[in-house]
Amino acid sequence: MLGRVRPGRSAVAATAIFAVLAAIPFVDFEIPGLFNGLLSTPGTLQLLALCATFAGVALSYNLLFGYTGLLSFGHALYFAAGIYVTDILLTRYHWALAPALAATLAVGIALPLVLGAIALRVSGIAFAMVTLAFAQAGSILVLDNPGRLTGGEEGLGLDVTHIPDLLIGVLNTRYLYWIALGYLLLTFVICWWAVNSRPGRVWQAIRENERRVEVMGLNPFAFKLLAFTLSGFLATLGGIVYLLLLGGATPEVTTANLSLALLLMVVLGGAGTLWGPALGGALYEYLDFRLLKLSSSSQVASLPSWLQAPLSQPLFILGTVFILLVFFFPGGIAGITGRMARPTRSPTAGTVADVPPEVAR
Amino acid sequence: MSTVILLLVTGLGLGALYFLIASGLSLTYGLMRVLNFAHGIFLTVGGYASWWIAVRLPLPDPWRFLVALLGCLVVGAIVAAAVEVGLIRPLYRRHIEQVLVTVGLALAFTALVQGTFGADPISYPAPAWTQGVTQLAGANIPNSRLLAIAVAAAVFLLLSAFLRFTRWGLIVRAGVENRAMVSALGIDVQRAFTLVFALGGVAAALAGALGALYFGNIDPERGTATLIFAFIVIVIGGLGSFTGSALAAVVVGLLQQFMNYYSSVYWGFSAAGDLSVVLLLAVVLLWRPQGLLGRSVG
Repeated sequence: MLGRVRPGRSAVAATAIFAVLAAIPFVDFEIPGLFNGLLSTPGTLQLLALCATFAGVALSYNLLFGYTGLLSFGHALYFAAGIYVTDILLTRYHWALAPALAATLAVGIALPLVLGAIALRVSGIAFAMVTLAFAQAGSILVLDNPGRLTGGEEGLGLDVTHIPDLLIGVLNTRYLYWIALGYLLLTFVICWWAVNSRPGRVWQAIRENERRVEVMGLNPFAFKLLAFTLSGFLATLGGIVYLLLLGGATPEVTTANLSLALLLMVVLGGAGTLWGPALGGALYEYLDFRLLKLSSSSQVASLPSWLQAPLSQPLFILGTVFILLVFFFPGGIAGITGRMARPTRSPTAGTVADVPPEVAR
Repeated sequence: MSTVILLLVTGLGLGALYFLIASGLSLTYGLMRVLNFAHGIFLTVGGYASWWIAVRLPLPDPWRFLVALLGCLVVGAIVAAAVEVGLIRPLYRRHIEQVLVTVGLALAFTALVQGTFGADPISYPAPAWTQGVTQLAGANIPNSRLLAIAVAAAVFLLLSAFLRFTRWGLIVRAGVENRAMVSALGIDVQRAFTLVFALGGVAAALAGALGALYFGNIDPERGTATLIFAFIVIVIGGLGSFTGSALAAVVVGLLQQFMNYYSSVYWGFSAAGDLSVVLLLAVVLLWRPQGLLGRSVG
């Protein structure tokens, strides 16, 4: 089956993009307006690394929502598991890095496997609510701080005794940036491989018509559980990167708002395509950061108060943009460019669920 | 013994709030397969609108709250109808997009309330009676719990009567059963849906005002936080089943209160109530995926 996949020009383009991104720490280049200072400064690299991390996590969520048609409201749980399990093992139990990472990866497979097996007993909207409930349980557990393990509302700073020196300190941000970029590349390749594999084709068939898959003698449950587990595992991996990047865990990463943000990222970029959600994740994270800066700026402070209130809230702007997007550009960024490339396509064909898979290549 | 009675009434009070939110969610889902993720904002609207009116009214105590309550119900109905006509109706039958739009609305609206009134809880001008307690079999029961239970019971009876005895109720029940058939008979299900949506908004706004009495304050995040438990309630009760949501709301409210109390007393672990509700959901799904009173759907 893999023989049918021809990497072709888009693989060359992807390689070139990643090569350029990897070279950023070496260029003393300034993009005024978009980033403060040179691109190679630690602050900018930190922001870019966060963007890359969320691009990867958005890609992992896209396997579920974009390719299998499973609407989960609880993807933050698996991301947060990567953050908190690693953090607790390193900081509270003083494990060495390698066993801590191995244990986290094991949790990253077991947790979505077990919870997915229960949640997939129901489908559609009920599935969305059940995933939300499971993630909420995780959030409650973290906030409740059992045995003083998670640090509750305060969060849990990372004990760096067992972290290699290269990954500590502001001056070494570039190495963290490369790790984040490596995570994005890995996720991208795994997702590309997965959606072109035999199970990946079944996922897309389930998205289009689950009943037909059943009639063909396949068991949709097993394929959906595979998608759920792989997607949860990749999110856990992203959590580890996030923990190293921020040097600690805060309970915000467990909340429903983060799961919803992942949904926004994927739809923003274009569900069911590969580079769309990656772009959406990076763009969302960037906008979230910049809008927060904007909200505390003097330009906003000088506005009348009725304008100040909404503009001081990044989520208000992002939520409103999202609503407009669903109404007017349901295919997201990938849908817009896809439509420009193929002007003969009917503009009504751009619902979220039926973004043509060929846009992905 | 008095502790048990206190927990019983408090749990029923919490269940009453869940029921008020879940009833609207369940009916809108049953009728049109619409999941309104923004249903929690009607609770926020109810809480903040009644607070906004109450602090401006120069009336003596019980009247001030009653007028504020009526006002917030009107606002809740208007906001809900506006959401249905403006955001849900244009996306008729595109269920995923409807969910996405309501997700965006929930995020944007909560952020707007935070930006306008602040992210911190605001203390609520509750009437003196609701802050007092009533002696019941040796237990001191907070009146706000009793009020929540009485109102939710009244809403349950009113909505049941509406569904059972009115023409609109007949259309709604028939629509939940088989919408295509009702439409084929020339009945406008869309209008019935707008009505049900607005009624759901009123019930949630009521929960917002009663919840403000229950917790003593209003909080921009409470809508979403309560909504998550309302989702659990309607899945346990059976999606689309009105009686099922009422039953599940009571079960979930009681379980949460009892577990929270006893686990924090005996194990020093106060989150067990919330977690056991999620566990109950998992058990119900494994045992009966269609919910307690739901019919199996494909």
